[in-house]
Amino acid sequence: MTSPLQTLLAERDWLLADGATGTNLFNMGLGPGDPPEFWNVDEPAKITALYKSAVDAGSDIFLTNSFGGNAARLKLHNAAKRAGELSRVSAEIGREVADRADHKVIVAGSVGPTGEIMVPMGQLTHAIAVEMFHEQAEGLKAGGADVLWVETISAPEEYAAAAEAFALADMPWCGTMSFDTAGRTMMGYTSADLAALVEKLPNPPLAYGANCGVGSSDLLRTVQGFTATGSERPIIAKGNAGIPKYVEGHIHYDGTPELMADYALLARDSGARIIGGCCGTMPEHLRCMREALETKPKGSQPTLEEISAKLGGFSSATDGTGDNEAGPTRRNRRRKT
Amino acid sequence: MSDQEDDIILAELDDEELVQQMFDDLYDGLREEIEEAVNILLSREWAPYRVLTEALVGGMTIVGQDFRDGILFVPEVLLAANAMKGGMAILKPLLAETGAPRVGGMVIGTVKGDIHDIGKNLVGMMMEGAGFEVEDIGINNSVEAYLAAMEEHKPEILGMSALLTTTMPYMKVVIDTMVEQGIRDEYIVLVGGAPLNEEFGKAIGADAYCRDAAVAVETAKEHVARKHNQATA
Repeated sequence: MTSPLQTLLAERDWLLADGATGTNLFNMGLGPGDPPEFWNVDEPAKITALYKSAVDAGSDIFLTNSFGGNAARLKLHNAAKRAGELSRVSAEIGREVADRADHKVIVAGSVGPTGEIMVPMGQLTHAIAVEMFHEQAEGLKAGGADVLWVETISAPEEYAAAAEAFALADMPWCGTMSFDTAGRTMMGYTSADLAALVEKLPNPPLAYGANCGVGSSDLLRTVQGFTATGSERPIIAKGNAGIPKYVEGHIHYDGTPELMADYALLARDSGARIIGGCCGTMPEHLRCMREALETKPKGSQPTLEEISAKLGGFSSATDGTGDNEAGPTRRNRRRKT
Repeated sequence: MSDQEDDIILAELDDEELVQQMFDDLYDGLREEIEEAVNILLSREWAPYRVLTEALVGGMTIVGQDFRDGILFVPEVLLAANAMKGGMAILKPLLAETGAPRVGGMVIGTVKGDIHDIGKNLVGMMMEGAGFEVEDIGINNSVEAYLAAMEEHKPEILGMSALLTTTMPYMKVVIDTMVEQGIRDEYIVLVGGAPLNEEFGKAIGADAYCRDAAVAVETAKEHVARKHNQATA
């Protein structure tokens, strides 16, 4: 069966995803350190308002409020047992909003990282990771999500565990990693590595890409890293709206709506098909992004210089891919005498 | 024994070669080799403090530099830190017995609501690798938990970590409470975490924002040295 997202991707050249969840919920009064997922049950009107704000701003896809809705993270709030329930409700509210929208909208069930390191470096086994992701996947599916959406991942093992869980739930999925360390993920994974990984999975994602990270310039370099591999699978770009600043008791991301509009165009020109924001991206940013994507024609792939001129500099000279890798190399292994 | 020519007999190396080899073995995360080498140096009458500073700290400094420069990433650093911990476990009781000089102490933990402790753990390990005494109070710390740990362990440094937009403002809650209680200036407050930046660190009243574990160690050393200088001035 063709999933609604596949259909939409076949109809359109680009799709607008949503913006921030955390930043928006903060503005609605979420306290520092409080789990956003509790609001699915305790403050459903605010979650409806969150989703609706993205839909009204023109998003074709929005992510559910379930990023931290896995057992590993909810454990912290003594709510590990509520992973399935909180995920299901996040999707139920989403389903209602999407079904009432004036345009076709995809409900994407957000799945965030467990926050743990997998074996052999850490303690989390593949089996337990799959079990946790599966529990959340079933909840999101029961709530009516169109597609599952794992995001902000840094380890390939965790990405693959999520994919396996989504197969168990028999759901189509998308998956993005966060490339926040010298152009790679925290675990040293490059854009080219991810592009290769997705093709090796038995149930490849409908789309894959990058989210969050350090800045929108870096994120677009990552997108170009995906396309440079010749990858033909739809690519997702969800970058932050600038960098966070502390202003009068609130977190404020400094990227303007105009900047995010430039980012959206550059993302499309760089090869992304699904374009959205991440932290700090508010409805007014989304509106500007939508307007830009609708009114400006697609251009040729921008150079890295053009990206940095419009969006700001890169956090590192290289990103571990391609022939620009003249940079530092690993020292010698164990000395042989 | 076809690979015999590749084998290194640590005990046959002279002191200088052995320390160089330890740098390599730390870099490669070879825990057993590090433990063996620490014992060899001790058997050659090296003071425990000298083994710590010249061999382990020296080796972890290289690991830290390459982590900072984007050559090594989290998996490699975790392996190196694990090897370092093997050596530290041997040295720790001996350091206490021999009254070795203290580098400094740190209480570290992630803030309330944040379970993401990979960065915090890395900082803790690298600080230990630099000779600091680290009291890791884990994840999800309330103001009260931070204050109690500082009261109990009297560290020079408080380290707070947050990975999420939804948890980072809690750092300010902790610092504000320290100010209210008149104890803010008794501590060096270092903050870190992926979404943070220098300006954010300043805005919430921290002494410094540290981009990664290697920078945290450098910053901690600078601030502790400055504090000692002020105390003796």
